[in-house]
Amino acid sequence: MAKEEALVINGLKKHFGHVKANDGIDLIVRAGTIHAIVGENGAGKSTLMKSLFGLHQPDSGEIHLWGEKVQFSSPLQALSHGIGMVHQHFMLVEALSVLENIILGAEPGKGILLSYKNSRKTVEEICQKYGLDLDLDAIVENVPVGIQQRLEIVKVLYRGARLIILDEPTAVLTPQEIDRMFEILREFKKDGCTVIFITHKLNEVMALADDVTVIRDGRTVGHWPISEVNEKILARQMVGRDVVLDLVKEDAQPAELVLQIQGLQTEQVNGDQKADGLSFNIRAGEILGIIGVAGNGQDALIEGILGLRKVEKGEILYLGEHINGVDTSYLRQKGVSCISADRLKTGLVREFNVRENAILGYHTGKEFVSNLLFQNKRIDHYVNQIIKEFQIKTPSLEAPITTLSGGNQQKLIIGRELHANPKLIIAVQPTRGVDIGAIEFIYQVLLECRRQNTAVLLVSNELEEVLSLSDRVAVLYQGRFMGCNTPDHLSKEDIGLMMAGVRPEGEGGSE
Amino acid sequence: MISFLTISIIQATVAIATPLYIGALGGLFNERVGVVNVGLDGIMLSGAFAAAITSYYTQSAWMGVLAALTVGALLGLLHAAICIEFKADHVVSGVAINILASSLTVFLLQLLFNNKGQSPSAPKIGQISNLDSIPILGPILNNMSYLTIIGLVLILLSHFFLYRTKMGLRLRSVGENPYAAQSLGIPVRRYMYLSVIVGCALVGLAGAFLSIGMLNVFTKNMTAGRGYIALAAMICGRWTPLGSLGASVFFGYVLAWQMNAQGLAIPAQILEIIPYLTTIIVLAFVAKRARGPAHVGKIFAPSEH
Repeated sequence: MAKEEALVINGLKKHFGHVKANDGIDLIVRAGTIHAIVGENGAGKSTLMKSLFGLHQPDSGEIHLWGEKVQFSSPLQALSHGIGMVHQHFMLVEALSVLENIILGAEPGKGILLSYKNSRKTVEEICQKYGLDLDLDAIVENVPVGIQQRLEIVKVLYRGARLIILDEPTAVLTPQEIDRMFEILREFKKDGCTVIFITHKLNEVMALADDVTVIRDGRTVGHWPISEVNEKILARQMVGRDVVLDLVKEDAQPAELVLQIQGLQTEQVNGDQKADGLSFNIRAGEILGIIGVAGNGQDALIEGILGLRKVEKGEILYLGEHINGVDTSYLRQKGVSCISADRLKTGLVREFNVRENAILGYHTGKEFVSNLLFQNKRIDHYVNQIIKEFQIKTPSLEAPITTLSGGNQQKLIIGRELHANPKLIIAVQPTRGVDIGAIEFIYQVLLECRRQNTAVLLVSNELEEVLSLSDRVAVLYQGRFMGCNTPDHLSKEDIGLMMAGVRPEGEGGSE
Repeated sequence: MISFLTISIIQATVAIATPLYIGALGGLFNERVGVVNVGLDGIMLSGAFAAAITSYYTQSAWMGVLAALTVGALLGLLHAAICIEFKADHVVSGVAINILASSLTVFLLQLLFNNKGQSPSAPKIGQISNLDSIPILGPILNNMSYLTIIGLVLILLSHFFLYRTKMGLRLRSVGENPYAAQSLGIPVRRYMYLSVIVGCALVGLAGAFLSIGMLNVFTKNMTAGRGYIALAAMICGRWTPLGSLGASVFFGYVLAWQMNAQGLAIPAQILEIIPYLTTIIVLAFVAKRARGPAHVGKIFAPSEH
């Protein structure tokens, strides 16, 4: 085998029961390049990486690493062969310090004793070399997400990895932080490292990668040098058909005021960012997009509106009615719906099946209950209707919700939330972790709501999403708005700066 | 007159605290790898029983100690297998162990000695003696069980192990985020098994102190909830060896003082409430700020993550 290939995978298969997570993956990664692997959620990218990293064993297929056939039975072996992985969900021990997290499992020194002195020096050298600034003594739980990711990268470098795998690394970063990360990755390439970059953001692939491999339904669809493809081709390969992400959007027809918020200030919970004087209006038939890096007061704002968090100051008016501190169930009855950010935490009950999850929030209403008992016929009719209308793929109504893919879970939530014809929809990260097909569908649904004269509050940290859907965009930073304008008056650079707390010149902060 | 600090109170405090801190240390080794163990009381009881009857049959207290460690380790293996291998709820397993222990010990008493209440008297573990000549410390140390000293040494060793060794760091990471530990090549399940087994062996040792350290006999359900107080001491001590020691000594003092006050005109029933009431009050205040290992009580299932 030629030496310039860092990694070659042939016909890799991994089945979980009846689910064929990987069903014939081929991959060739040239040494010293940045190789992007794209595919929808559930296409089998993570399974592939877990097989490569020794977290589980493939059923069949071969993995060659630097020309040598390998079969890892534990991450330890993968690590010792120079593979490093930055997981999508950070693998950090929050109660330990940054330094302890870096050295964990590969503590320096021969004996059984811990020595922080030696390790500190090594780590500091790495940080300096790549210009990665880290406070080594901070406890990880007190460190912002962007920094946690930096820590993950240093962890990989500390172990001397020559093949670095990054799984969806940009989800938690501002545009500027993403640029910075790309610089670091290019730096790795210069040093002779090989980088595998897993993503579903095609613009990032185009900006960074040398080669790209597309995976669909557990199989490799093809691989190309980046010069031979563009975003459109990749999107078609990923989904298997043409994708329309260029949205057809009529001009907004804003009607009556639905939500008016004046100087909203919420209580602080568990040390997170509180809303600190937010003011805005949303009219019927309008989408207001709020963008910001996660953890800048999004939760406080949403929970404040929904009555889930104490409002300390300010006014919230919904259809002219004061709703400070009213009960959440009252708001739901009055037509406020919410697609929450974390499906399995606040959107669904993990232990419930599809039917039970579909009637959450309506479970006491007259529609489905009479004489204290569920009316199963009516419930089934309604659930089947959502499943049909929102194209939800589920084996049955009794299937545990966790057996559905992220996209299908999300569609179930959206179907449920739209069932009562809401007047205000709060959509928080509505496309997080769902596949392109579902993203397209969800965008169409939100635009249809806008046409139906529903007010939509879209809270997201996906810049493209906010810019293409919203009629107005507000940038949230540390619980305040840095600016608010129509999308065509805001450049991506300006938004990026504002997301990082810098007010671009000539930009007013007012409404 | 009520006295708060006399030689006899100090001696009683130490004697009562010993099974608590050894037990709390055992509990800590369970929870530090993410395994909740409410079966502490049952394991302690089994240890006490094993120690007493082994000591009786072999006429050697140290064989009794060995038996207590072994029985503790075996119950630990059982608990670990239920929680780690079969991914069952940790609390259910612990409760089952408690029920098993309290009925099996009585059953065996009946079978072996034809007596449901207690075992025949057995040789007890040695004590420090002949220190009368040393002022102040002498009377306090006199009659102190060797197990008390061993327990203190174990506390110090554990502290050193957890915070000064590589294995200690790894062990702590397992209870906080086993997935992270696994991704760094740490054999998570091996750490969990070993730590639970060692922890439960220590709990068995605490039981040995009850039957052949303090007394020379096993009596039916003799732990009287001490396993739970050890658990409380571990929580108040914030899952650290030294903290557990401190909390155990505090609980030991409350119990000792209560026994000392028995002679007074206060009804005994009310006095006997005091230690348990103190446990509740202290827990209510401390538990809010005390935070255990992040993954404690959760099932470790790598393939589904």
